Amino acid sequence: MKSGAVSKKPGALRIRPAVRSDMQALIALDEEITGFAKRKYWNETFSRHRVRPRSPRFLLVAEDNGSIEGFIIGEVRAWEFGEPPCGWIFAVQVRPKTRLKGVGTQLFEVLCDAFRRTGVTKVRTIMARDNHLVLSFFRSQGMMAGPFIELETALDGANAKERLHEAAKS
Amino acid sequence: MKLQKASSFALYAVIELAANPAHQLAGTEIAEKYGISAHHLAKVLRDLGRAGIVDAVRGVGGGYKLAVNPKRLTLLDVIQIFEPVGPQSTANGDPEIATDAGGALRTVLDELDDHTLATFRSITISTMLKLMARKPWANAVRAARPARRAASNR
Repeated sequence: MKSGAVSKKPGALRIRPAVRSDMQALIALDEEITGFAKRKYWNETFSRHRVRPRSPRFLLVAEDNGSIEGFIIGEVRAWEFGEPPCGWIFAVQVRPKTRLKGVGTQLFEVLCDAFRRTGVTKVRTIMARDNHLVLSFFRSQGMMAGPFIELETALDGANAKERLHEAAKS
Repeated sequence: MKLQKASSFALYAVIELAANPAHQLAGTEIAEKYGISAHHLAKVLRDLGRAGIVDAVRGVGGGYKLAVNPKRLTLLDVIQIFEPVGPQSTANGDPEIATDAGGALRTVLDELDDHTLATFRSITISTMLKLMARKPWANAVRAARPARRAASNR
């Protein structure tokens, strides 16, 4: 596979790029984990991240005996915040009953291999501070605090709505 | 930030026990390796035993062993036995919190405490063993050397 990534150990889980026919299973798995069926989100994500030659975007699934047990989504982004190209991981999930069996680690490693093949040398992610499970997972993969601090502020609701309204009229 | 001695000693002990799951280690062995007070470490190990984190094995060849899965034991689990971590309640004190400057300062300190809490909670003892194997601090020292030289050439 030129642009994607595949891992298949004998008798083990298979990590491969997602295909259109995985969408139902992916939506169901995401709903099982998050409680939300995000059909539109998944269709858009698949359109953006499906396998294309030399694409820097990856949507990988972990397949075990025909069942999708996990997924990971990432892409190479260049010059964000003035930084050279690096891999970003946006999501990783493993079915609760399949956890603690190394599925997440295999997904992470195959995605990192795919990133390496594009020539990048760093991988980054961002997540909620209280997402202890996924934060611990990324820590266990050797990830440490990077050079950025994420900041935010609340936008004044009324003014923001007015500005959007004015912008829409103009 | 700096941990209290008891927290550091507890982490050294737990890391040593996790790194040697097939053996029971005496407190004196751990104390000797880290050059710390055996008496103080014995007290810390008793606290860890009471918290269910280590088991004491008595008799000849006895010592301590880890009682929990190091993949599930976080730095926070150990540290908070010995000292408070994270934003502290101000309900019963800190009259200065009622001032604007006090409230603003508290907000900034709480931000730091939130990060500290998230960091300690997300790092397990198993992850610490992996970190020890990778030794990223050695790379940091190597990377810093040329920079220092460059700085001194200016």
